[in-house]
Amino acid sequence: MTMKSVLAGATLALGLSTGAFAQDTTKVGFIYVGPVGDGGWSYEHNQGRLALEEHFGDAVETVFVESVPEGADAERVLTQMALQGADLIFTTSFGYMDPTLNVAAKFPDVKFEHATGFKRADNLSTYSARFYEGRAVQGHIAGQMTESNIVGYIGSFPIPEVIRGINSAYIHAKAVNPDVEFKVVWAYTWFDPAKEAEAATVLIEQGADVILQHTDSTAPQAAAQAAGNVITFGQASDMAAFAPLPRVSSIIDNWSPYYIARTQAVIDGTWTSTDTWDGIGPGMVKIGEISDAVPADVKASAEALRDAIASGEYHPFTGPLNKQDGSVWLADGETADDGTLAGMNFYVEGLSGVIPQ
Amino acid sequence: MDLSSINPVLLFASLMVAATPILLAAIGELAVERAGVLNLGVEGMMITGAVCGFIVAVNTGSPWLGFVGAAVGGAMLALLFGLLTQVLLSNQVATGLALTLFGLGLSALMGQGYIGIKAPGFPDWHIPLLGDIPVIGPIVFQHDPMVYMGLALVGAVWAFLKYSRTGLILRAVGENHEAAHALGYHVIRVRVLAIMFGGACAGLGGAYLSLVRVPQWTEGMTAGAGWIALAIVVFASWKPARLLLGAYLFGGVTVLQLNLQAAGLAIPVEYLSMSPYLATIAVLVIMRAGRAPGSLGQSFHASR
Repeated sequence: MTMKSVLAGATLALGLSTGAFAQDTTKVGFIYVGPVGDGGWSYEHNQGRLALEEHFGDAVETVFVESVPEGADAERVLTQMALQGADLIFTTSFGYMDPTLNVAAKFPDVKFEHATGFKRADNLSTYSARFYEGRAVQGHIAGQMTESNIVGYIGSFPIPEVIRGINSAYIHAKAVNPDVEFKVVWAYTWFDPAKEAEAATVLIEQGADVILQHTDSTAPQAAAQAAGNVITFGQASDMAAFAPLPRVSSIIDNWSPYYIARTQAVIDGTWTSTDTWDGIGPGMVKIGEISDAVPADVKASAEALRDAIASGEYHPFTGPLNKQDGSVWLADGETADDGTLAGMNFYVEGLSGVIPQ
Repeated sequence: MDLSSINPVLLFASLMVAATPILLAAIGELAVERAGVLNLGVEGMMITGAVCGFIVAVNTGSPWLGFVGAAVGGAMLALLFGLLTQVLLSNQVATGLALTLFGLGLSALMGQGYIGIKAPGFPDWHIPLLGDIPVIGPIVFQHDPMVYMGLALVGAVWAFLKYSRTGLILRAVGENHEAAHALGYHVIRVRVLAIMFGGACAGLGGAYLSLVRVPQWTEGMTAGAGWIALAIVVFASWKPARLLLGAYLFGGVTVLQLNLQAAGLAIPVEYLSMSPYLATIAVLVIMRAGRAPGSLGQSFHASR
């Protein structure tokens, strides 16, 4: 091969590669806190990613890294993704907040989207779903279904999102059953099937016959099934494999429309830093089918509650509501503002126990 | 706070179940380390056992065959470690760490089609007569067979190491492999067999999680249990009886701290969460750590 043909080949290759750049596939990155096979939180984010690929076809290329620890590792993974030419990166766990902020500062041309956080920048949006709306429906069902009047709640970390869920579920369980009592166990993990199963078993042994979970695996569902006479709700994903019992309903995270809209905005060049917090109404939170194990009247009133929240005529945090120490939080008819909800760090009146600090 | 809601009988019963996966993995690693090999790949072998056991159990419908499959899967992965470290003389620490990473990836790959599927049931043994004894019956005699299997294995390893000639050879290989070699014992063969036994035990421990404790397959489901098993071997100073104590202590405090939380005890949760590790380390250190096997972690080659 002569030098000339080598050069010609190199020029051709260069021409081809610039051609590929001109065609410009948009590269979208995702990092997940658990494995995509967790059957819950990360699974649903990955479903959103797959929907993105299906919607845009060849115009969009997606990459993802799963089971990324929250902290320094996340920063490395994000930097790597940005260096590899990602145009838009979704970071899908609360603990990625500061790593995302740091990496976003280093790559001003890359757009970042952080789920469930509250720190924003010019190239960093936040988005979250109003899961507490779904928790209200769960509490409503749980309060009426419990016979022991003890509801077990597996918390992950004591952060506002989880505390909101506990409060919302409790308020609506209490509204239909004044004798209801919540037992909260903090697992300090988003994903550890053995620990989640143990937490569920402990709660059941202490008399709970309803288990609500804010952790990502289906292990508590299996534990409830093994114990019998215990009902559960799917978390993040439908977990329909456990229907009709123990899983009687679920909260489903539906990220696809948001991911498609934001990717479209990047393609169109209209992307701006925003703060999105959508609930049942816009479809970001879905209530999984309420199974036949729930009595018809309870099911009907739960669906009515769901529809009232969706239409905006009812807010799950409507006064009169007091804080745990008895001080007034919301006056009669007053509804909570998003600022308070986003930073919620207190239990409402009636809940026992202390939030770990 | 309402401590009366904690039922001590159920607490002790849960303790035995919670400790079983760690116990199984740890007793295997104990035998491996007594033979002078440090295999840090316990986590990888556990998770491989978990997925192999799950796949076999789902396809055959028999949890027993699942446990056999788990033991074989764990032993195969361990055999890979054995080939690398004993025949090719690679560094045991590095190879063990690599084995964990490899096992996590391999299991995720193998488990692709098995997410969200339920394992066939593995009923508890309600041992007649003994299971009906008040208090002790529910604590000790109403578990699934693997709990007793774990206990039997600890007893068997203890007796094997203490009383059998083969056990003596294994210990000799672990204490001073050159002397054992000079006496005509086949150091590599003994070690590879021990490594495979360790892998099989770790596989059983993993399968206990995927078939009994959780029971389903999720990626990364061992979540560090293998590392705890490794630590317990060291803190138990390579003695089977102390290993049993360590595993039960760890399992016990794990279950107890969740119970205390649910009962609303006003101790910060962070302290409760770290208590299993603290309690296990404290007790086993107070009992005075013994000496590690003399040749632990060293490669052997007959030419040296």
